[in-house]
Amino acid sequence: MGESVVFYLLAALTCVSAGIVALSRNIIYSTIALLGTFLGIAGLYIQLSADFLAAIQVLVYVGGTLTLILFAVMLTAKIENIRTSNTARARLPAMAVIGAMLLLLGMVANSTEWPIKIAKATPSTAKLGHAFLSEYMLPFEVGSVVLLGAMIGAVVLARRAVKRDSERE
Amino acid sequence: MQVGLVHYLTVAAVLFGFGMLCIMTRRHAVGILLGVELILNAAALNFVAFEHFISGGVSGQIFTVFIITLAASEAAIALAIVLQVYRTHRTVMADELTDMKN
Repeated sequence: MGESVVFYLLAALTCVSAGIVALSRNIIYSTIALLGTFLGIAGLYIQLSADFLAAIQVLVYVGGTLTLILFAVMLTAKIENIRTSNTARARLPAMAVIGAMLLLLGMVANSTEWPIKIAKATPSTAKLGHAFLSEYMLPFEVGSVVLLGAMIGAVVLARRAVKRDSERE
Repeated sequence: MQVGLVHYLTVAAVLFGFGMLCIMTRRHAVGILLGVELILNAAALNFVAFEHFISGGVSGQIFTVFIITLAASEAAIALAIVLQVYRTHRTVMADELTDMKN
């Protein structure tokens, strides 16, 4: 009983802030609302007994990605028209397409017989570590190379932008 | 009512819908990026839910870790590109960046 109350609270937090992300006219509000979505999903991960993922979600998304996005918004938004900085176009046709898509998804999910097993909630961090260092060793290492490449690429791209700006002034 | 797989799938579907709405309608480049993040989170939530309720093991969580890794690197690269575009065009509205149209 208590578990389902917590689930509905987290689901409401996630969906409402996702709605603000999609519908707000102010890009700052959209970005801050993404925080609520990430935290709600971290809570849902805990309910699905993925405790390590919840910690990673908070650390990487809230601590890293969201800060990065906020920096980009602050560096590019013109502050005088911040209230209408995140306008949308052609919202009604988009909503129609998405509604049809969600209807299809719901029909598929309802007509499928899921072979559900009721699993007990057990901590999974140790199992995850063993899997990363045995079965998923190669993808793990490739992932670190991808991160390194992305980091160097981002530094090279963004540094040129900041440098040229300071030379101009 | 017991919370089951369908409940988590519903939450993920709502997130996916809002993410698609962001991508299809936003003019601001960072707004489009926020939609991509929403969709990636919806997919990750689906992976973890299917693992918990159906397959067992940890493979779903492994996939989610990779999704988070790739989302972080994708956000870094995309924001660097947004900064470059802002430097050359003084705008990041996607419908004003029409250099390759004519």
